[in-house]
Amino acid sequence: MNTKRTLLKTVAAAAFATLAMGSALAADITGAGATFPFPVYAKWAEAYKKETGIGLNYQSIGSSGGIRQIRAKTVAFGATDAPVAGDALDKDGMVQFPAIIGGTVPIFNVAGFAQGEMRMTGPVLAEIFMGTVSKWNDPKIAALNPGKTLPDQVITVVHRADGSGTTFNWTDYLSAVSKPWADTVGKGAAVKWPANTSIGGKGNEGVAATVTRIKGSVGYVEYAFAKKNNIAYMALQNKDGKFVRPDDKTFAAAAAGVDWFGVPGMGVSMVNAAGADSWPVSTASFILMYKNPDDKAQSAEVLKFFDWAFKNGKTMALELDYVPLPAKLTADIQSKVWSQIAK
Amino acid sequence: MESTMDSQTMPAETGNPNMAAVARRQRWQDIAFHRITQSFSLLVLIALVGIIASLFINAWPAFHKFGVNFIWRVEWDVVNEEFGAAIAITGTLLSAGIAMLIAVPLAFGIALFLTETCPVWLRRPLGTAIELLAAVPSIIYGMFGLFVFAPLFADYFQMPVQQLIGSMPLIGWLVGGATNGIGILAAGIILAFMVLPFVAAVMRDVFAIVPPILRESAYGLGCTTWEVVRGVVLPYTQKGVIGGVMLGLGRALGETMAVTFVIGNAQRMPSSLFSPGTSIASTLANEFGEAVDFHVATLFALAFLLFVITFVVLAAAKILLMRAERAKGF
Repeated sequence: MNTKRTLLKTVAAAAFATLAMGSALAADITGAGATFPFPVYAKWAEAYKKETGIGLNYQSIGSSGGIRQIRAKTVAFGATDAPVAGDALDKDGMVQFPAIIGGTVPIFNVAGFAQGEMRMTGPVLAEIFMGTVSKWNDPKIAALNPGKTLPDQVITVVHRADGSGTTFNWTDYLSAVSKPWADTVGKGAAVKWPANTSIGGKGNEGVAATVTRIKGSVGYVEYAFAKKNNIAYMALQNKDGKFVRPDDKTFAAAAAGVDWFGVPGMGVSMVNAAGADSWPVSTASFILMYKNPDDKAQSAEVLKFFDWAFKNGKTMALELDYVPLPAKLTADIQSKVWSQIAK
Repeated sequence: MESTMDSQTMPAETGNPNMAAVARRQRWQDIAFHRITQSFSLLVLIALVGIIASLFINAWPAFHKFGVNFIWRVEWDVVNEEFGAAIAITGTLLSAGIAMLIAVPLAFGIALFLTETCPVWLRRPLGTAIELLAAVPSIIYGMFGLFVFAPLFADYFQMPVQQLIGSMPLIGWLVGGATNGIGILAAGIILAFMVLPFVAAVMRDVFAIVPPILRESAYGLGCTTWEVVRGVVLPYTQKGVIGGVMLGLGRALGETMAVTFVIGNAQRMPSSLFSPGTSIASTLANEFGEAVDFHVATLFALAFLLFVITFVVLAAAKILLMRAERAKGF
């Protein structure tokens, strides 16, 4: 009995000690939002914790969730794939800056094509997703792929069933390259899919699973996901008329041609970017912070974390098939955006 | 426990002051017991009312904008903020209806076999197997549906059936559309798998409570098994059977993950049994995470409608049951 009690006491004391130590040491940074950059933020956070002892508690609850959380001031930073408009930022007293770059790729299920061999243009892709080009042997697709036999097969369009930044990026692209798409469907985290064959899959994995199982289907997923699972993707014609394949180089090329400070709040759309090597469906993922945060110490910790990540996180990002921001851009972000945040 | 012991060992003399004290204490204990259990059940009631109220308050912007028309508007356009519940309601009712059409007769057969004609040594393993089926998480059914069932369903059911009756008048449209194994019918079949064990287990349990004397008298009169079931077992267990069916229907109406995997998640009015659609629960699961402002209100409105549908279904079942009992003169 007695030994039991002392044991209990020791355990309680130990638990209390760790709790007290924990609260004293780790003022963990809190953030919430986009799911798309979550793998790279998580990897950065792990390495950062090893170096500094400060952890990052990032909840990947989706872009609009991230915007809700930062507006409710429950987190020190919000993360979103679809940039918040400049006037909305001003109203909330927030700043926005890009943190990482990635891309979305069209995937398909038709036999007889090597990886990235099928060639496609934006307007034809828009017609496929609208259902006006409904078979694979349509002359418009055949003209882009001379010498290939395309099956007389119905095209099944597969899209994200859940609202997602990937869908925003994809419909943003289709809107940029096709006026009919922009007029009838538009862009958003979830849209009304017009093709009458279209079906929805939940998450990148749902879309990928559906596309790999249904013959003659076409869909879109985040690049890292397609690469990791070796799913057949297409080469796309970019603004300069060149056919490019998605990889970190073509994403970086798209980022290079962007005038980041041309739009208030840096909310530049990277789709259909100029440049001979630019992948046309590239996207940045953004961070939202208050100019006058309630907790200035937390806010400073967030900036320290991203400063560290911009400098030391490049290889980690590339390993995960994301593209780190170019050094000039991160320097500009620090001097023009971070300077607005009260310390 | 202690007090009952006391009262039993107490000598049965009248006017014993000790006994009066015991009686008083017992009365207080009873009152306290009554109040505590009452507060427990009130808690459920409060939670229920709270849920309904919060759903309705959050859904109010949607109802305010579209009015009652929200229920039968065939529209779901997030970008232009045009919403209607008809597509999701249709998908919910159709998939649940198909599930019940398949599951109820099967469950009925299983329950009858287990209670009437199954050899005794087989009863236990078979019964356990059915109960285990009920313990499978719904996400497993969904994955099974998408990865295993859908491709087989497309190749060995949808394609042959479409070739066979697709061009027939009157019924051909039912099997039109793309044969990719995903859609309303596939969702209904997966749901049937899911509710089958619930319905079968309840039916088996209620069939088992029929007093053997009734059953044996009927057999003694020379009835066949089917006659015994129709004339004795079913009338005796009607309430329980309907309860089991309603339990299954309730689960089918609200099932989320499994349906999301196989229904196709298309916000379009289904044009055939093979075409993709969506259900209320799967729409909520898919869209809630990234919904903002008005979209959130419409999702709450959908949730409220699902609540109403489930309530109406349960109420209808209760009324049916009451009518049936009155007709029998209970």
